[in-house]
Amino acid sequence: MNKHDPNGIPHTTPRMSATFTPDINSDIRRAAATGIYDIRGGGAKRKVPSFDDLLFMGASISRYPLEGYREKCETSVTIGGLHAKNPIELDIPITIAGMSFGALSGPAKEALGRGASAAGTSTTTGDGGMTPEERGHSTKLVYQYLPSRYGMNPNDLRKADAIEIVVGQGAKPGGGGMLLGQKISDRVAEMRNLPKGIDQRSACRHPDWTGPDDLEIKILELREITGWKVPIYVKVAGARPYYDTTLAIKAGADAVVLDGMQGGTAATQDVFIEHVGQPTLAIVRPAVQALQDLGMHRKVQLILSGGIRSGADVAKAMALGADAVAIGTAALIALGDNDPKWEDEYQKLGTTAGAYDDWHEGLDPAGITTQDPDLMARFDPVEGGRRLRNYLKVMTLEAQTIARACGKNHLHNLEPEDLVALTMEAAAMARVPLAGTDWYPGKPGTTY
Amino acid sequence: MQTLDLQEIGLRQVNETLHAQADNTNQTAWEIVNPKGAHAIACGLNAPIEVSVMGSTGYYCAGMNQQATVNIKGSAGPGTGENIMSGKIVIDGDASQYLGATGHGGMIVVKGNASSRCGISMKGVNIVVQGNIGHMSAFMGQSGNLVVCGDAGDALGDSCYEARFFVRGSVKSLGADCVKKEMRPEHLELLQKLLDEAGIDADPQEFTRYGSARNLYNFDVDNAAAY
Repeated sequence: MNKHDPNGIPHTTPRMSATFTPDINSDIRRAAATGIYDIRGGGAKRKVPSFDDLLFMGASISRYPLEGYREKCETSVTIGGLHAKNPIELDIPITIAGMSFGALSGPAKEALGRGASAAGTSTTTGDGGMTPEERGHSTKLVYQYLPSRYGMNPNDLRKADAIEIVVGQGAKPGGGGMLLGQKISDRVAEMRNLPKGIDQRSACRHPDWTGPDDLEIKILELREITGWKVPIYVKVAGARPYYDTTLAIKAGADAVVLDGMQGGTAATQDVFIEHVGQPTLAIVRPAVQALQDLGMHRKVQLILSGGIRSGADVAKAMALGADAVAIGTAALIALGDNDPKWEDEYQKLGTTAGAYDDWHEGLDPAGITTQDPDLMARFDPVEGGRRLRNYLKVMTLEAQTIARACGKNHLHNLEPEDLVALTMEAAAMARVPLAGTDWYPGKPGTTY
Repeated sequence: MQTLDLQEIGLRQVNETLHAQADNTNQTAWEIVNPKGAHAIACGLNAPIEVSVMGSTGYYCAGMNQQATVNIKGSAGPGTGENIMSGKIVIDGDASQYLGATGHGGMIVVKGNASSRCGISMKGVNIVVQGNIGHMSAFMGQSGNLVVCGDAGDALGDSCYEARFFVRGSVKSLGADCVKKEMRPEHLELLQKLLDEAGIDADPQEFTRYGSARNLYNFDVDNAAAY
């Protein structure tokens, strides 16, 4: 008998709704209390089909492996050889994605430059222009050309090793940005020609071109200004990867940067991050298909980003046809973002290490996503650079380990035939067989 | 006067020749003939030279200009003088859309009309248009001055920051957060200076000043309809 029921009628156990979960209910309560949508940093946190749903098969009797430590597995990549006089030569195919000074502190940008340079790869500016810290410590620096044109300066453009025209990013395809007033220090305000302390909106469209025909002319202008020396990348979100890649190539891009929905942002509406865009796993094959259909695969490079974390992810991206990857969130974690050593302070901010994503508020205990001088002082750019270098080296070693096991003497020799999928969804997206079968949904020659 | 025939030597050679001029060049006068609406003519200049383009131009003529004076003896295509940093661009005819987009400094003078989005996201450039301007001009204008001797189209100064707009004629409509403002003596003085620099004879007293109401500077849910 139920002791709480005087009549002895059995009660059902309290049942939580699968629709109105505690998370959802907290969203509703927050919206009701504040009247403003939730803005946060980072990428999609929801579970989506990912590279974790793929496995390499490794060598067997029909394929023989390379000897680890003895037989070479190359990792270098050249980006931008199609049109540029000075293509970018990287030792490793893992680049640092664009992140703005403003969103990140000056020392954090310096650390990204130090770490990337030590590992033989490039780093990228962001919305807000090029800082001396970053240029000075980056042997290869890609200059982002964004809709806002904050800090856009032809002198900096000419100092860049490549130019990346940003059309979109995976966290918010079709969206602009917002750097809230609390992060607008004197220096950030000056670089962006705006008053201190006001919200800075970044436009979602470029102010002086629309569509692929205009993009072709914009690329011509940038090439003329820089004397056709440096590669020009076009960065697009993982919205319509086949068509966007096709149009970027048609417009004359040297490289296409393709960013899936796990890719981070400094500050965007949570609803945008979680509900617009496609998973990184889903966008790579259509983009590679576009390159192949135009006869441009390996001529125009594909740089894939959005939730890349390990050498396994790198190897899987390569196997599906990417030429390189870019990392953002993972690089910040390597620098010390969300480190449990700051747990007490994360708790004071109402969060916990690993979940902290209010990067736009400028209160980052790790001193990375802030412009507060006291917090910034906690971060050592030399040590941060060393940690990033180590991480990049480990990712590279991991990818090489897998490639050797598949018998490949260059990461670019990995191929879809090396992979199987663990789920039907991943098989369909990656166009590799479901493990234990020779079939994937949509496979040519099949009717189901 | 050095003459470059664009049809004969091509765009690359024209721009390369102009880019090769250093700060102390004594070859300061250049003429580009047969532009025939080509794109990206004389973009990325960075020397105290004067370039006259003898005809109409396509997209992005004099884009990102520094120091140089570029005279367009015809009409100018979209994005002319985009992201100009310094120097001066004078367009004898009309200008297409996005004139002086994101310009950080310098001056652009249009003797005819300018199309839509004139001065979009301007960040310090001064633009003086003798005729009319189109819709959505100075959208998100951050700083600098836009002077219009004729009329302005719809949504002037939408979502603007600290850029100033002086219009002599009518304004079809003002954009979000853009309001009419008092013309104080310092504004009359500034406007006279801009008109003089542009070589345009007009009485500052006949102009009305517009600028940001600064209501959208920090997010407020009560203004949600304006965002």
